[in-house]
Amino acid sequence: MNTATESLTGRVHSWDLSTGVDGPGTRFVLFLSGCPLRCLYCANPDTWHMRDGEETTVDEVAARIERYRDVVTTAGGGVTLTGGEALLQPAFTAAVLRRCKELGLHTALDTSGFLGARASDDLLADTDLVLLDIKSFDVRTYRKLTGGELSPTLNFATRLDRLGVPVWIRYVLVPGWTDDPRAVDGLGAFLAELGNVDRVDVLPFHKLGAHKYDALGIPFPLHDTPVPAPELTDRVREQFREHGLRAL
Amino acid sequence: MTMAPHAQVTEVGVDAPLRAWRGFGGAHWRDTVDVRDFIQATYTPYEGGPEFLAGPTERTRAVWRKVSALFPEERLHGILDVDTATPSTITSHAPGYIDRDRELIVGLQTDAPLKRAIMPNGGLRMVENGLRAYGYQPDPFVTRVFGTYRKTHNDGVFDAYTPAMRAARKAGIITGLPDSYGRGRIIGDYRRVALYGTDRLIEAKRAEQALLDARPSTADVIRDREELAEQIRALGELARMAASYGCDVTRPAATAHEAVQWLYLGFLAAVKEQNGAAMSLGRTSTFLDVYLQRDLDEGRIDETRAQELIDDFVIKLRIVRFLRTPEYDELFSGDPTWVTESIGGIGTDGRPLVTRTSFRFLQTLYNLGPAPEPNLTVLWSPRLPSGFKEFCAQVSIDTSAIQYESDDLMRPRTGDDTAIACCVSAMAVGRQMQFFGARVNLAKALLYAVNGGRDEMTGEQVGPQTPPLTGEYLDYDELTAAYDRMLDWLAGTYVDALNVIHYMHDKYAYERIEMALHDHPVHRFMACGIAGLSVAADSLSAVKHARVKVFRDATGLAVDFRTEGEFPAYGNDDDRADGIAVDLVESFMAKVREHPTYRDAEHTQSVLTITSNVVYGKHTGNTPDGRRAGAPFAPGANPMNGRDRHGMVASALSVAKLPYEQARDGISLTSTVTPEGLGHDPAERAANLAGILDAHMGAGGFHMNVNVLSRATLEDAMEHPQKYPELTIRVSGYAVNFVRLTREQQLDVISRTFHGSL
Repeated sequence: MNTATESLTGRVHSWDLSTGVDGPGTRFVLFLSGCPLRCLYCANPDTWHMRDGEETTVDEVAARIERYRDVVTTAGGGVTLTGGEALLQPAFTAAVLRRCKELGLHTALDTSGFLGARASDDLLADTDLVLLDIKSFDVRTYRKLTGGELSPTLNFATRLDRLGVPVWIRYVLVPGWTDDPRAVDGLGAFLAELGNVDRVDVLPFHKLGAHKYDALGIPFPLHDTPVPAPELTDRVREQFREHGLRAL
Repeated sequence: MTMAPHAQVTEVGVDAPLRAWRGFGGAHWRDTVDVRDFIQATYTPYEGGPEFLAGPTERTRAVWRKVSALFPEERLHGILDVDTATPSTITSHAPGYIDRDRELIVGLQTDAPLKRAIMPNGGLRMVENGLRAYGYQPDPFVTRVFGTYRKTHNDGVFDAYTPAMRAARKAGIITGLPDSYGRGRIIGDYRRVALYGTDRLIEAKRAEQALLDARPSTADVIRDREELAEQIRALGELARMAASYGCDVTRPAATAHEAVQWLYLGFLAAVKEQNGAAMSLGRTSTFLDVYLQRDLDEGRIDETRAQELIDDFVIKLRIVRFLRTPEYDELFSGDPTWVTESIGGIGTDGRPLVTRTSFRFLQTLYNLGPAPEPNLTVLWSPRLPSGFKEFCAQVSIDTSAIQYESDDLMRPRTGDDTAIACCVSAMAVGRQMQFFGARVNLAKALLYAVNGGRDEMTGEQVGPQTPPLTGEYLDYDELTAAYDRMLDWLAGTYVDALNVIHYMHDKYAYERIEMALHDHPVHRFMACGIAGLSVAADSLSAVKHARVKVFRDATGLAVDFRTEGEFPAYGNDDDRADGIAVDLVESFMAKVREHPTYRDAEHTQSVLTITSNVVYGKHTGNTPDGRRAGAPFAPGANPMNGRDRHGMVASALSVAKLPYEQARDGISLTSTVTPEGLGHDPAERAANLAGILDAHMGAGGFHMNVNVLSRATLEDAMEHPQKYPELTIRVSGYAVNFVRLTREQQLDVISRTFHGSL
């Protein structure tokens, strides 16, 4: 049984049931606390710190998930672990994914890939889909935008390909930051080389998290950055498509 | 096409019904009036997709254009025209047309489209107020007749109301009662007119009458005999009215064109005679499909013509109008008629009751554009064919005009020929009817419990004088005990008032033609209802799980509350709060059942506000959950807006816990979502919405109103935020209240094609 994981705890921000935005179908989405990156456009600054999460056992999470097993299965979905950065708590994340598989559920891991090295092969074996957020394909932009390095994410992408784990790429389009045609093109070429990329979701930057910054008393760095025009979004999607990728 | 535009011209009819029933299988329905048996014996299930559907013809467009051109003027003045002098009956008005040469399906309530009629049997004052509100003078003759010689339903009710009932009504703790307007919610089996013709229906009614002849003439038997005599008379009037349009409905319909026409004329007779709050149509699409399919097989019509017939029928259903007062319109947020048509479902034999005509009805939302009427209601089951499910979801996404109800919950109870009256009231067509009972205000009742029966807005003693709660903080046990006593009183007063209302409605405004299209004896429901469930549940949760301090005025009346600490709210799939809502539903139903009903009607209740959650909120003071005085309630069984924090599906699962067995008149849930909140592309969205409906109903959910809001709606919401107080948009991970966003954020949402996860 699960004696090994019963006492294991993680720091959990919240959960919800969402449709169509965190993987296929309607899904139980678990938001874990803590993130090593500080993306300028982050919509969830309330999930940055592990200490702000509620200490929760794997059993407690599994019980909540089991409650929705029929619902999410019926609705063509499953479970998505996100955050924050789920791989900041790899043992907890692995245990929750394992329990989901024992419940017969489809699993997705939403991650920046920055901590991909912390994901064990066992963890990835229990992951049916990785939603991989690649913030930029330009090393300097990546650093400025996130405070971290790009290479761990690309290494992770390559490893997922080797392991045969399906991937949906998430690319947040921020005018002036991630709309450089050469960077988009470079990412497209990189992804086209991989055999496991099912689709590329181009996500137009939004400011709906701005009120969270106000509540936390910290400035929202991209307050004055415009949202992308539809034509720009179309252009970027088209660039990915030129590499034979399914861009949405 | 060689077919004449009007249905009366037909080559069949002399050797009816033999000719009319050519090619139909089955036996039982031939000897007994039994439309369900006919459908089961003859219909062709359709498991495919929408590819076969036809768009609107130039003829359809022209007719629709002609009548829609009248809408702006109607909107401007409130009504377009009214016949002030002619109390409406089935035969009171000369035939009327939109475009006589082009219309396929004929018949109007009066002699001109959108011209309203008066129906003073319900109440003269309602008619006079309605006329004056729109600048018309009541006709002196009508006033004399109904003021002097002919008593109305409204007069009768107020003769028999007790002072306690009047006080509860005035305070708004029992509200929306059909005591001055038609109760509605009775669905005549209009299909019978098409299948059998009125001669045969009269014959069947005479047989029912004969069974009563042998029984002693008690009050009940005398009333039944009189009602049956009225029903027979009404069937005769229906035939005369139809003849004025050139249609011989004394015999069965012999073609699809006639079937649609006959059925509509039956319904038209009902809306000529009754101004009911909801004048629902029933479950007609699969019945009509049998005729359309036969005509298609015989080469008599093609798909374009089949769709034209349904389009023309739906045009007629869209222009049903009643004269009502502005107060009535405020209560119901507009001028609804609830011409509800129930579509789909699964038969008890497991075959889906989906046919091509189920699709054709939904197609009218494309051919004529979206509209609230007829109120298209899909009886949903996860077992419906996937092609139909995805078409429904697609139509919802495109039009927001469909509601869904759980076929799997209804079928075992009311059978596979169930139709919805109004919004969520299930009945076996032609076999069951209901006494519409509006609803009581559970949130206000909670305040009465705190205040010893005094009204929190006026200070008047409305409920029984009980000791008010006097502590600085509300004590849960003390409050629930007081609430229980207050609900005992409320249930008793409520059922008692309904008995008075329905006694008088039967006596003074009996639904002759609708009841003529029911079996005798009919099964009756006493449809009670509750409003303010989420406010009451959250208030009790606050008192139980946090601390609620009371603020009282100089007279000791509790007028405000302050909550200290957190409390679980209904709508988060948290049993601590949801359990309170479940208990309230169960306990109020049990209390209602303790009181005898008029004509031994079976007690039911709904958790439904229709659209009056705003008005009820306006008349209710501050509540312990933190809701401010006058603020709207959540609609129906919805969680309070903004308190459900785990997404639309979690919210729906909380509502799904309310037991249908204890709320057989329906549990209403309204969900609003943007297209982006359902997925990235149209196919994905339709599949995901179908999945949500499967999941909600699979978890025991009864109903879902699905609003999928387009960009245009969001733009309108920016300009008129007061119209969209509960518009929620979901972004990956959380939900925001649209009208509370800054203008810039709203523009952001509107300008984006997809929601993103950051």
